[in-house]
Amino acid sequence: MEVSSQEFKHCDLIRVKGRVDSSTAPEFSRALEKITSGGRYKIAVDMTDMEYMSSAGFRALLATQRNCKRYNRGEVVLVKVPVRIKEALELAGFTELFKTFDDSLEAVGNF
Amino acid sequence: MPFLSIPARYEYLDEIREFVAGVAGQSGFGEKEVYSLQLAADEAATNIIEHAYAGMSNGTLEVSCNLQGDSLVIVMRDYGKTFDPSKVRQPDVTTNLSKRQIGGLGIYLMRKLMDEVHYESIGNQNILTMTKRRG
Repeated sequence: MEVSSQEFKHCDLIRVKGRVDSSTAPEFSRALEKITSGGRYKIAVDMTDMEYMSSAGFRALLATQRNCKRYNRGEVVLVKVPVRIKEALELAGFTELFKTFDDSLEAVGNF
Repeated sequence: MPFLSIPARYEYLDEIREFVAGVAGQSGFGEKEVYSLQLAADEAATNIIEHAYAGMSNGTLEVSCNLQGDSLVIVMRDYGKTFDPSKVRQPDVTTNLSKRQIGGLGIYLMRKLMDEVHYESIGNQNILTMTKRRG
């Protein structure tokens, strides 16, 4: 898994490439925490090149969403969720907890 | 029978998913089903590492995977603490963000993705059997 992030004026865009499982999710969490610990709570997660995500990744997203939505200070949105990952998120009832976008610019513009 | 014996550590999850995908692909399962089987196997192995072998880094996990009739049967065997996933409370996957449970999700997915999940503890072995029919 590879994570890279880009800071925009109103939000942060984080790109995750590869596979997120119990082995790599801690690194994904750290990347998200790095943004929130800097007082930034508007985050778009670009999943274009994400091949796989287990519940370990779902948990990282959920914890961050809770943190970001507190005091209405922001939120996490998902961009270009691959179909298999989307199906798993649906099964876990996660699709109602995250706005999704088909385009990263659109997601960034949403904030 | 295709068989894999690996250290019970998270960095080996990739190997388990590849193993299951290999057997499932050869057995005629489609791409969507292969992904489901990989996810279920990952969640099952993660639970074994986290609970059965909690805090131990020298545990062994044995995985076999084969086609029986039109079903793929994945068996995972460990020698750690008894951990019956069916005893874990099902999370409510419809509740709002603040009430959403962080735990139990892996087991919930495992049950949803597979047709049957069976657990037994015999002597010092825990045996988890998961079955999925070809669609």
